[in-house]
Amino acid sequence: MPYSDTLDIRITDSSLRDGSHAKRHQFTGEDVRSVVAALDGAGVPVIEVTHGDGLGGSSFNYGFSRTPEQELITIAVNTARQARIAFLMLPGLGVKDDIRAAHDNGAGICRIATHCTEADIAVQHFGLARERGLETVGFLMMAHSTTPEKLARQARIMADAGCQCVYVVDSAGAMVMDDVTDRVQALVAELGDDAQVGFHGHENLALGTGNSIAAVRAGALQIDGSTRRLGAGAGNTAVEALVAVCAKMGIRTGIDVLKIIDAAEDVVRPVMDDECRLDRLALLMGHAGVYSSFLKHAYRQAERYGVSGAEILLRAGERRLVGGQEDQLIDIAVELAAQN
Amino acid sequence: MTTTTAPTTPPTPTKATAAIVGSGNIGTDLLYKLLRSEHVEPRWMIGVDPDSEGLARARRSGLEASHEGVDWLLAQDEKPDIVFEATSAYVHRANAPRYAELGIKAVDLTPAAVGPAVVPPANLREHLDKPNVNMITCGGQATIPMVYAVSRVVPVAYAEIVASVASVSAGPGTRANIDEFTRTTARGIETIGGAARGKAIIILNPAEPPVIMRDTVFCAIPEDADRAAVAASVKEIAEQVAAYVPGYRLRTEPQFDDPSPENGGMARVAIFLEVEGAGDYLPPYAGNLDIMTAAATRVGEEFAKAVLATRA
Repeated sequence: MPYSDTLDIRITDSSLRDGSHAKRHQFTGEDVRSVVAALDGAGVPVIEVTHGDGLGGSSFNYGFSRTPEQELITIAVNTARQARIAFLMLPGLGVKDDIRAAHDNGAGICRIATHCTEADIAVQHFGLARERGLETVGFLMMAHSTTPEKLARQARIMADAGCQCVYVVDSAGAMVMDDVTDRVQALVAELGDDAQVGFHGHENLALGTGNSIAAVRAGALQIDGSTRRLGAGAGNTAVEALVAVCAKMGIRTGIDVLKIIDAAEDVVRPVMDDECRLDRLALLMGHAGVYSSFLKHAYRQAERYGVSGAEILLRAGERRLVGGQEDQLIDIAVELAAQN
Repeated sequence: MTTTTAPTTPPTPTKATAAIVGSGNIGTDLLYKLLRSEHVEPRWMIGVDPDSEGLARARRSGLEASHEGVDWLLAQDEKPDIVFEATSAYVHRANAPRYAELGIKAVDLTPAAVGPAVVPPANLREHLDKPNVNMITCGGQATIPMVYAVSRVVPVAYAEIVASVASVSAGPGTRANIDEFTRTTARGIETIGGAARGKAIIILNPAEPPVIMRDTVFCAIPEDADRAAVAASVKEIAEQVAAYVPGYRLRTEPQFDDPSPENGGMARVAIFLEVEGAGDYLPPYAGNLDIMTAAATRVGEEFAKAVLATRA
């Protein structure tokens, strides 16, 4: 069954949210205006705009935003002509008032993320979002780290709380195609008509597009990407590549292939400090199953303490850190420096 | 500074009596801590479930235990000097006026916040005369002493804490009300910690075996702050907390950073903590629960000394 009469899948572009990590949260209002205008013009149906760590993420732990995120959301809403603006929030970090503010500023889709085994901390937030008439998406992060069966049970908690689409989120870019297929199928079987299933991929094993297609074949109706891979770790699934692949496969995305290719090159790339690339640290994250947003923090602490960034990430994997524990990378760096 | 043990008046009791209301994990862990106290004698434990393991343990430890709730407790001829409430915010809001009417001091381990919030090294002395005090949150008990340690040396325009706890140690109440945790803790960082603005973050980590509670405290400090003085103050307060929470440890020296764009242009100090529980009833990784019962015991002991002093 397609996503709608006109779309087989709905693509959400996260370059102005997950891409915030690559920019160390230094997006300007003009960056957001130009990227939203280009993506909107290419037909991207949903554009996510928030601090990389979601509403309220501007902090010592994750990095302060150069421009307040609610201001960026407002700019995005005022710029988009057809695209809907989404935002992300993580319970335990953001609070319900942040959701209210984003909604008041015109965002229409509320995406709520928890670690893949902790869905029940989001129940009150889904309730509020639905009460206010927001469309809801649930993010089960680090989904590689639990079994398809357990993931499906967590998806059920989100759906029962009012979530309309539960995403399998490969935050570490650590999944291969069968991992994606198994998890998406498990969620589709569990949720049936109660909620859709989505997939959010990273390029840490160079599988973003392949994994996304595996997800679609397994029944996912919503797929995330970032134009020019502007995202965390080695970057997110490249929207322009995914759109081109879908066009060849006859999967309708509603996005114009040539326009999104131009947007990636002419508009998004100039906003970026550097390409998001599959370098040693990014590949290690996929290999060791480490949260992609840790990448820039690992570089920063490695430089600050004169230790190996690779060692920091491997130890983060050993400690089984979850998303949000950026503070522990400093603790690891201090520990490594003491051992040197 | 105990002045209550007057050897010339033998009939004066040397311990204040206490009741634990709530026989779940927190109440039961508290039981073992109070049994060791030199100033508080736990005499009653109250629950609502006749099959409660906590009540059975209390009976074995020589307490009078009842599953008939607080009505039973308050119907007894002898009333406790102090009640430790480990039920829920809803229940404590209903019970608090009844304790107050009978002159029973209440140490509230729920999020009810009927009375002022207390963190022993920071502001307990100011509230010893109050009928009811609140223990804030586990993250607050672990981190507010450090914010206080910094703010008593230099102005703190902003403080932020990150509490990471084992998933299995976060009960249904915390999970259903996670916003309440972040808001209450942030307020405590400001009102008790002394930061102009506070922020709290809580992370649940499901790793097996369960991880020990970790807390990080970031404080914005002036660029020209006396870093040695800040570090010394942090260590001194950490020792004061460790006196009642033996598993409370600084993991590293305080880390100082110059201003940068990621840090919002602010200089900062970062303090890394680990809180291992005493393993009285709850497992050692649950330092987040242990620090609540240990801090409540500490508060109860100071209340007890105050109560006994008035009788001496």
